[in-house]
Amino acid sequence: MARHPSPFDTMARLQQALDSYRTSPWLSAGLSGGGAFPPINVFRKGEGFALVAEIPGVGKDDIEIQVKGRSVRLSGNKAMAYPEGSATHRRERLAGRFDRALSLPIEIDPDHVEAELSDGVLTLSLNRAERDRPRTIKVA
Amino acid sequence: MEEPQELSVQEKKETSGQERPAPGRYFVPSTDAHETEGGLTLVMEMPGVRRENLEVTLEEGVLKVEGRLDFSRYDGLEPVYTEYNVGHYERSFALSEKVDQQNIGATLENGVLTLTLPKSPAARPRRIDIS
Repeated sequence: MARHPSPFDTMARLQQALDSYRTSPWLSAGLSGGGAFPPINVFRKGEGFALVAEIPGVGKDDIEIQVKGRSVRLSGNKAMAYPEGSATHRRERLAGRFDRALSLPIEIDPDHVEAELSDGVLTLSLNRAERDRPRTIKVA
Repeated sequence: MEEPQELSVQEKKETSGQERPAPGRYFVPSTDAHETEGGLTLVMEMPGVRRENLEVTLEEGVLKVEGRLDFSRYDGLEPVYTEYNVGHYERSFALSEKVDQQNIGATLENGVLTLTLPKSPAARPRRIDIS
């Protein structure tokens, strides 16, 4: 019998997977500024990787993305503006500038990086650079 | 201008309390609340929530906000390193002031929901002119 995955299965699996990789040492050697904003999840996507970061309140013009070699750098400013003369009842959100870099285990092709910002979530699709791809060697 | 602060990560808090019939984890959105003479403004961070998956209800003085996450964007992605989890968002507020229910405004921009809750005319402070 064919089994169709339900969206709930997908969701539960994703949440479990995200939890179990919280302790992953995968990037520990190359990761700088752990605990820094923005929080980043890294996914394998085909031969490359997808970086997903939550940056609510940061617009397209407030973030700068740089890619060089194996590293990705995200920097910018998260600002909040409130009307003068208002009384604050509750303040839980944080504002400020951020700058963090992340090293991946592959050389990134800087010409084919896709960046998408939607609903406060930044998604970067990174592909392996051509010269970093494995080559099959024939024994002569 | 003041030099902006270095930003740190806020750990997401899961909602506590009642069990839900629908599966999935719920988080508490970080919220700022401000009040002016005209009303109350609530600003909530709900990254990943699309406008069509957002529900705001006001019933018997309790404002409830629920934002549901669409997990389809993670199709075909295999996590290798993670710093945060994802889920839906939910939060309720008991409003002390009388709110003009007809004129509640909501905007969602860059994953930030701003709710403006104008006070009903009867609840607004009045300036008394002395003759």
